[in-house]
Amino acid sequence: MTSQDTLSQIARCAWRIRRYAVRMGEVQGQGYVGQALGYADVLAVAYGHAMNFKPEDPEWEGRDRFLLSHGHYAIAHYAAMIEAGIIPESELETYGSDDSRLPMSGMATYTPGMEISGGSLGQGLPIAVGIALGLRHQKNPAFVYNSMSDGELDEGSVWEAAMSAAHHGLGNLICMVDINNQQADGPSTKVLGFEPLADKWASFGWHVQRVDGNHLPAVLRAFDTARNLTDAKPRVILCDTLMGKGVPFLEAREKNHFIRVDPPEWQQALAILDETAPEGAQA
Amino acid sequence: MNTVADKKPRLTTSAMIASIASEGQRVQAAPFGKALVAYAAEHPEVVGMTADLAKYTDLHLFAQAYPERFFQMGMAEQLLMGAAGGMAKTGLVPFATTYAVFGTRRAYDFIHQVIAEENLNVKICCALPGLTTGYGPSHQATEDLAMMRAIPGLTVVDPCDALDIEQAVPQIAAHQGPVYMRLLRGNVPLVLDEYNYKFELGKAKMLREGSDVLVISSGFMTMRTLEVAKQLEADNVKVAVLHCPTIKPLDEATILAEVRKPGRLVVVAENHSVVGGLGEAVASLLLREGAAPAKFRMLALPDAFLDAGALPTLHDRYGISAEKMSKRIKGWLSQ
Repeated sequence: MTSQDTLSQIARCAWRIRRYAVRMGEVQGQGYVGQALGYADVLAVAYGHAMNFKPEDPEWEGRDRFLLSHGHYAIAHYAAMIEAGIIPESELETYGSDDSRLPMSGMATYTPGMEISGGSLGQGLPIAVGIALGLRHQKNPAFVYNSMSDGELDEGSVWEAAMSAAHHGLGNLICMVDINNQQADGPSTKVLGFEPLADKWASFGWHVQRVDGNHLPAVLRAFDTARNLTDAKPRVILCDTLMGKGVPFLEAREKNHFIRVDPPEWQQALAILDETAPEGAQA
Repeated sequence: MNTVADKKPRLTTSAMIASIASEGQRVQAAPFGKALVAYAAEHPEVVGMTADLAKYTDLHLFAQAYPERFFQMGMAEQLLMGAAGGMAKTGLVPFATTYAVFGTRRAYDFIHQVIAEENLNVKICCALPGLTTGYGPSHQATEDLAMMRAIPGLTVVDPCDALDIEQAVPQIAAHQGPVYMRLLRGNVPLVLDEYNYKFELGKAKMLREGSDVLVISSGFMTMRTLEVAKQLEADNVKVAVLHCPTIKPLDEATILAEVRKPGRLVVVAENHSVVGGLGEAVASLLLREGAAPAKFRMLALPDAFLDAGALPTLHDRYGISAEKMSKRIKGWLSQ
């Protein structure tokens, strides 16, 4: 497969992830759809290109682990796992409903393929360190991907884990930080400034890449680089993303942790996605 | 200004990790570390993790025996608990050690969310339980049992002596699910070998019979109660001792059966705050089951930030020295 083919395939994958997320948002009438649209490209590269897994066997020992530390991104993660064939598309209709396997915040005990119960922010990376140590100890070559938000950088436990991952030389650990500069009380940089972020991670002993998280070729290269490095150091991919990406009226909406979407707008968002579908994409 | 010289020499605070053994008491060195090394010989899935306190939790013996299975996580308790959960998710059985204050108070949400919510096989073993150091509230874990009891599905163990610890280690390791165990380290008193006793996870055991008082106790308060029971025998007060090292799940059947034997003052003795420990667990059980005895007392640490100082001074001040316990029990009997 040529590189262009790969990119086209991942673009279609990201487009479908966006559609699934919007459809789930419509079911529930709410949801962190702004984050899902913003992060869809990163998830498309992770599940559509980088990670090893068997959709029919989410417990397969050799699988790469994807840890959703920011549990409220579950809507995005479910969309990616539907796209990956781990969760049936029909289950999308149950999102956030009573007795559903797809609760609003991701939980390991509810959903196949959901490795951890995130949501208490700052826990994913410490868990990832433990899994990476455990896998290496047992000579399992799988990677551990920890996915987190920029707001989580406020939590001290993230930096405990960052120090530890470098100290233990965890070359099997890749961390993605979604930088959309939005957390509960406002812009992340105003709530608790985290820049210069690349320098921070580098000084903690990590291999650092900072990319436009909505530019697929850049995200693709970053994942390939992170996987192919031979250094015994953990890797972080800092992904600057735009909330609502792909649906211009949501991109332009006043930025808020929880973007308001009015009932008719779900269908309008789907219509816009369909109008801008990549070549060859099918819902 | 020093105008009057103290007549009585003041005791000084002992080292933070000083043994709680009294002078002349039989001891065993590092029962936790030795038991874990022995168990791990046949169980390669067991790994050791600590937050910069291997030496002070006797985990250094494990580290020496199995360096490739020992993981130093640094002075970072949230990381310790989170990573222990991660390790368990890969099929290993981590023993994670630190001091009880740091493990429980600082890392509570990590135990709750990462370890307990997924019922992961992590064994949290924490030294300096209750009032076993004179360093003040920063190091005195007087509410750890209350916090750990409140977490669904977490097994909570408060062993008495070296024998209890030695026998508990393989059982908590084999137990499927998370465990919090209080740890006595260094030279740990050995007492229970005189009582035809075996540790059994989830079980309370009668150590001696007595018709006047029933003391239900855990941790080192059991050995202290046994000492008190011998002293009171001289005054013709007969004290029964029910040792209850598993705080959760509580051995309700044994406790109810003993409490329902009539005519005894019932005392719960524990090295823990009166809030939320064994005493309140037993009290709520007895009320719930309509088994409240005529007289029920709690012999525990006060709901307060405790003083710094020498342990004998502090145990006396807070009523958990053998002498004070005897006086209090006799006082309650005469009320």
